[in-house]
Amino acid sequence: MVSLLPRPRPMRKLDERLGIASVGRDVLAKVFPDHWSFMMGEVALYSFVFLVVSGIYLTFFFEPSAAMVTYHGHYAPLQGQDVSAAYASAVRLSWDVRGGLLVRQAHHWAAHLFIGSIVLHLCRIFLTGSFRRPRELNWTIGVTMLILAIFNAYAGYSLPDDLLSGTGLRIFEAIAQSIPVVGSWLSFLIFDGEFPGHEIIQRLYVLHVLIVPAVLAVLISAHLAILIRQKHTHFAGPGRRHSNVVGSRAWPSYGLRSLALMAAVFAAVLLAGGLLQINPVWAWGDFDPATITAPSVADWYILWIEGALRLFPPVEFHVFGFEVPNQFWPGVVLPMLVFGSLYLWPWLDRRWTGDREPHHLTGRPRESPLRVALASAMLTFLAVLLVAGSEELLVQWTGWTVAAIRDVLRVLVFVLPLLAGLVGWWLAESLRRTDLGHAVELGGRDLVRGLPRHGRRESA
Amino acid sequence: MSRPDRAPRLVVVSFLLSAFGAAGFAASYVLGLGNAALGGCLGAAFAFLALGLARWSNLIDAAEPEYVEERDVGPTAQDQYDAFRRALTEQPVPRSRVLWGALATATAAIGGAALFPLRSLLPSMGTDPDDVLSRTPWRAGAHLVTEEGVPVRATDLEIGGTVTVFPEGLDPREHVDTTTVLVRVEPADLDLPAGRADWVVDGVVAYSKICTHAGCPVGLYTDTSHQLMCPCHHSVFDVTDGARPVEGPAPHPLPQLPLGTDASGYLIARGGFSGPVGPSWGNH
Repeated sequence: MVSLLPRPRPMRKLDERLGIASVGRDVLAKVFPDHWSFMMGEVALYSFVFLVVSGIYLTFFFEPSAAMVTYHGHYAPLQGQDVSAAYASAVRLSWDVRGGLLVRQAHHWAAHLFIGSIVLHLCRIFLTGSFRRPRELNWTIGVTMLILAIFNAYAGYSLPDDLLSGTGLRIFEAIAQSIPVVGSWLSFLIFDGEFPGHEIIQRLYVLHVLIVPAVLAVLISAHLAILIRQKHTHFAGPGRRHSNVVGSRAWPSYGLRSLALMAAVFAAVLLAGGLLQINPVWAWGDFDPATITAPSVADWYILWIEGALRLFPPVEFHVFGFEVPNQFWPGVVLPMLVFGSLYLWPWLDRRWTGDREPHHLTGRPRESPLRVALASAMLTFLAVLLVAGSEELLVQWTGWTVAAIRDVLRVLVFVLPLLAGLVGWWLAESLRRTDLGHAVELGGRDLVRGLPRHGRRESA
Repeated sequence: MSRPDRAPRLVVVSFLLSAFGAAGFAASYVLGLGNAALGGCLGAAFAFLALGLARWSNLIDAAEPEYVEERDVGPTAQDQYDAFRRALTEQPVPRSRVLWGALATATAAIGGAALFPLRSLLPSMGTDPDDVLSRTPWRAGAHLVTEEGVPVRATDLEIGGTVTVFPEGLDPREHVDTTTVLVRVEPADLDLPAGRADWVVDGVVAYSKICTHAGCPVGLYTDTSHQLMCPCHHSVFDVTDGARPVEGPAPHPLPQLPLGTDASGYLIARGGFSGPVGPSWGNH
């Protein structure tokens, strides 16, 4: 039986059941400001999407187990050797599963891009003052996601049970057990006893593939829901007011551009995964607690803690009869200070500036020399720690001894951030004065780059 | 884009190249080509997709005005807020402290009870981490063997040589804290702490290989300066002087193992380490 009536189209069918046309129209007409710096968060979002999809593929082949098995496969040097199931499956994934190496490497590159774009996004939000009221909540959600992203990347590269990751876990154990009063219990809780135990790979696996991604997904949803409710900030300009948003509509122009960005992110990580080798676990060898690769350099997002561990002087003392181990300060206190100050920043900024007003117009970095100075100082501080984390490269280049380089870095870690902060302040302040000078010439009108393209249309 | 119904050529070409790249990926997979071909093709497919979409979006932008959307976020109007408050409090909720206190007790008790199964994540009952961390299975009389299980004589090492050893009969991977490094030096160079003069056999000294800073294996030995270095954070220990830390962040010496020989000259331990192995812990 063929009906002669025209078939209702799917949109109509959906609307008959849900009545969504009105909401749908609002979504399609949502306005996004056009500025390249607003794309960093989207890069992070699409990296996360890629991480989830590629990660699911990897779970079909990776075996999170410390049980010993005999490797049989295409990687000849390991043929017939007894290694952990985790290591054997990671090598098999790289050498014996067709396309497996591409997905593994692209997954690792995507993790770098994920954390890198979050850091850049955070810098943009910080420097433009976009964390101010009413966006404090989204700022704290963002900082939480940064911490989770770093943790999950660390958990991820600890899974293959290769020599490098095993060493990383050993340091993690030393840091966990350094926490006063509860240290050894905490470390036993994580590792099921003394290092390395049999459980750590399985536990990290559950965290890496289930718990942390699930929490991240919830936080991303909240981050976006709050963003949609509050609408984007935008830079000042003609007709760009506190009370509106000016830009492109979600459909079609912004939507297409955002999809283009997604495709570009996928392209970047896949090209990198295909052409640039990363973490060749077969070359490191399987984890053997008695040996170590030298030099051993961690991934950059964790390397600053390594650098701090190297630079911190060999002091140790007792408080109320409890030992405060040396590695507690760089391993626990330093990250707590860095992330703690990020969490508290919206409120510290409010206290400093006395500014409690809601802000929807976002400032150019120069408008707050203080923030430029602090950001320069913090980034320089972390950069010196990154250099300290890769001292062995400096030893190769300069021919100096490790001790000499360490002494220099111990000074630079304080001096350079101070200098960078002063330079940042001076730069922002002089740019700001130049702007003010122009504003007077122009008769005090506000300065705007970018004039409207072809007029303007109300989108409400 | 004066005639919006005409397909922009660059966009179409990009999408077709994208499809070509995807087909190339499938072909590379079937032919078993290398990682570079797979990643290059699929990456190119997405790159051309990105190019086409971006160009398309720019064409739309050029033809469209900027849009303005009013921002209506802010506190809700007072009358609506009052209505919300009324909905919250219309049905009177008793203010009885006993009632609320009892509810709080129940939820707190459930939350507390739910913590108990976490204990199962720890090793079996009666294990005190401080005990476990303070001791190693090294006992007086234990033979020193290599990772392959071969017993060692002092003369197996040349002056300046090192070897990693474990107590005989134990799996090195299960008992990481037993990992020990033997170093042979000229006996005349030794300047050990008091009471350790007889812990040496023919210039061979034995130290825990677990760094007292962050637990990495202290894997690099420099013969000329008699120094062991940890490649993780570059702590340096002087083996002639009880593995005293001379540089870097490690605050404690590496614990020393007293050595002796059996009747056939093979090295044995004459007791446990001189102190707890590895990094300090926070409830020590």
